[in-house]
Amino acid sequence: MSAHFLSIEALKKVYPSDSGEPNPPVFEDIHFHIDKGEFVCIIGHSGCGKTTILNVLAGLEAATAGDAIMDGREVSGPSLDRGVVFQSHALMPWMSVLGNVAFAVKSKWPEWSKDKITAHCTGYLEMVGLGQAIHRKPAELSGGMKQRVGIARAFAIQPKMLLLDEPFGALDALTRGTIQDELLKIVQATHQTVFMITHDVDEAILLADKILLMSNGPHAKIAEIVEVTMPRDRTRAGIHHDPQYYRIRNHLVDFLVNRSKTYAGAEAETFHDAKNPPVVRPGLEGERAPVVLLPTEKPAPQLKQVINH
Amino acid sequence: MPSKLSLHAALISILIFAIFLGAWQLATQPKESSALAGADAEYAALMGKGAEKTDGFPPPVKVARAFVEYLSDPFYDKGPNDKGIGIQLAHSLGRVGLGFLLAVVVALPLGFAIGMSPLLFRAFNPFIQVLKPISPLAWMPLALYSLKDSSISGIFVIFICSIWPMLINTAFGVASVRRDWINVARTLEVNPLRKAFLVILPAAAPTILTGMRISMGIAWLVIVAAEMLVGGTGIGYFVWNEWNNLALPNVIFAVVMIGLVGMVLDMFFGWLQKLVTYRE
Repeated sequence: MSAHFLSIEALKKVYPSDSGEPNPPVFEDIHFHIDKGEFVCIIGHSGCGKTTILNVLAGLEAATAGDAIMDGREVSGPSLDRGVVFQSHALMPWMSVLGNVAFAVKSKWPEWSKDKITAHCTGYLEMVGLGQAIHRKPAELSGGMKQRVGIARAFAIQPKMLLLDEPFGALDALTRGTIQDELLKIVQATHQTVFMITHDVDEAILLADKILLMSNGPHAKIAEIVEVTMPRDRTRAGIHHDPQYYRIRNHLVDFLVNRSKTYAGAEAETFHDAKNPPVVRPGLEGERAPVVLLPTEKPAPQLKQVINH
Repeated sequence: MPSKLSLHAALISILIFAIFLGAWQLATQPKESSALAGADAEYAALMGKGAEKTDGFPPPVKVARAFVEYLSDPFYDKGPNDKGIGIQLAHSLGRVGLGFLLAVVVALPLGFAIGMSPLLFRAFNPFIQVLKPISPLAWMPLALYSLKDSSISGIFVIFICSIWPMLINTAFGVASVRRDWINVARTLEVNPLRKAFLVILPAAAPTILTGMRISMGIAWLVIVAAEMLVGGTGIGYFVWNEWNNLALPNVIFAVVMIGLVGMVLDMFFGWLQKLVTYRE
């Protein structure tokens, strides 16, 4: 276990309730790991605690129980080793684009000269295609450009791991596509380790090596780990010509629509081992091959009835 | 188009002012052939310059004369009861500036601390709520007794009235800095001082400046009343002194000056506010 770059073990989060009675845990028994250079996406319905998991990894929030160990050390607070791209870009509006990135860079390397910081920042802003806009204020940028600055800021501190909280959720489809392409290119070039939350199934398939599927909360768990088995040199334009693409996509959508709610409760444990969530490769399997270790069509309706009671 | 609008507005402003002056002039027309005029002209002459006698509200011309007289030599000093308007205003502004500055020195750090810490906020809140509605002038006897100096008491009164809006706005502004920005600073392991000055202060600056602007407005209101009470120097004392002299044109002149200076102060803070406001 310790060989992995990042391991999450038995993570659990309970939010305090206003009344005396304890709330049910949002998620519990979360186990997964990420290796160096891996791009991992996490998908699940709202309320399953994806953002909480990311915040725990970022050190912004403490888990109720369980451990997050990165590079042999327990994650106990925010660190410059982990760069975060926030959903709402979180740029400081009173600083210029360059100022925002420089603020981060100066935090990481306080001893650097001003020129060195500017050169470093400009490099990363050019990488995201904003070389022309470095002196503008965030308010003068479009939503997509703002998010690019957020990405440049996170990359500029050269973190060991990048955490992306639904970075493209607020963007229109066209902008999202172009930035996905850019992110893909950057990640392929830098071999950055990335953990990303998304709601977008296509985005996950395009970017990820591994997709964690979370069941619905409360008592959310990692239901499955889907390996994206398509070759790494994907492009947004070509990806849907790969026969694996639709198999993976169907698998993901099927999970989100039909199966994500069947993992709660004690009954689920009979077929699901949260410590070792099944790893599936729907891309490599033929249309007929059922996925092993999964609830088959038969027990699922029964289970639903039990839960509905 | 906007320039045309402002031109029209200016024209209407001038018109309103002219109507006002006309009405004023009409209302204060000297009454002719009053009983005194014929019979007691001799008596009146004995008593002084009969024609200059201050009867009733002064007409605009008289007030205009006071304007010209005081503004042509604003900085003369002929003893404690006869100083130029510039000197009087400078005294008032000095007191307001000093009291306000002291309030800034106390309110900003304290407001920062209260805004950052929910515990401190709750601990300080009852005191703020009780002290805030007290009229600053109610402090005057206590200030005079304990400070034993009328001028310092005036400064204290300005201090006590300026502090609340600044304190509350600073605390509120600091407490409501966007969570995201704080989180960015946290993930970047920014040290507390850098976080305070580079993240929280700029984020809260518009709210803080609003508090300062309100404080300055109140301080300028209060200084006039305070100076009427303690006397000595200042524009408030000038008003009171001229009232005792029954020199209404001078009173009107001083009232207008108070308004103009107040407006300039407010414009200055409005400008500062614009400077620190950021667009999202």
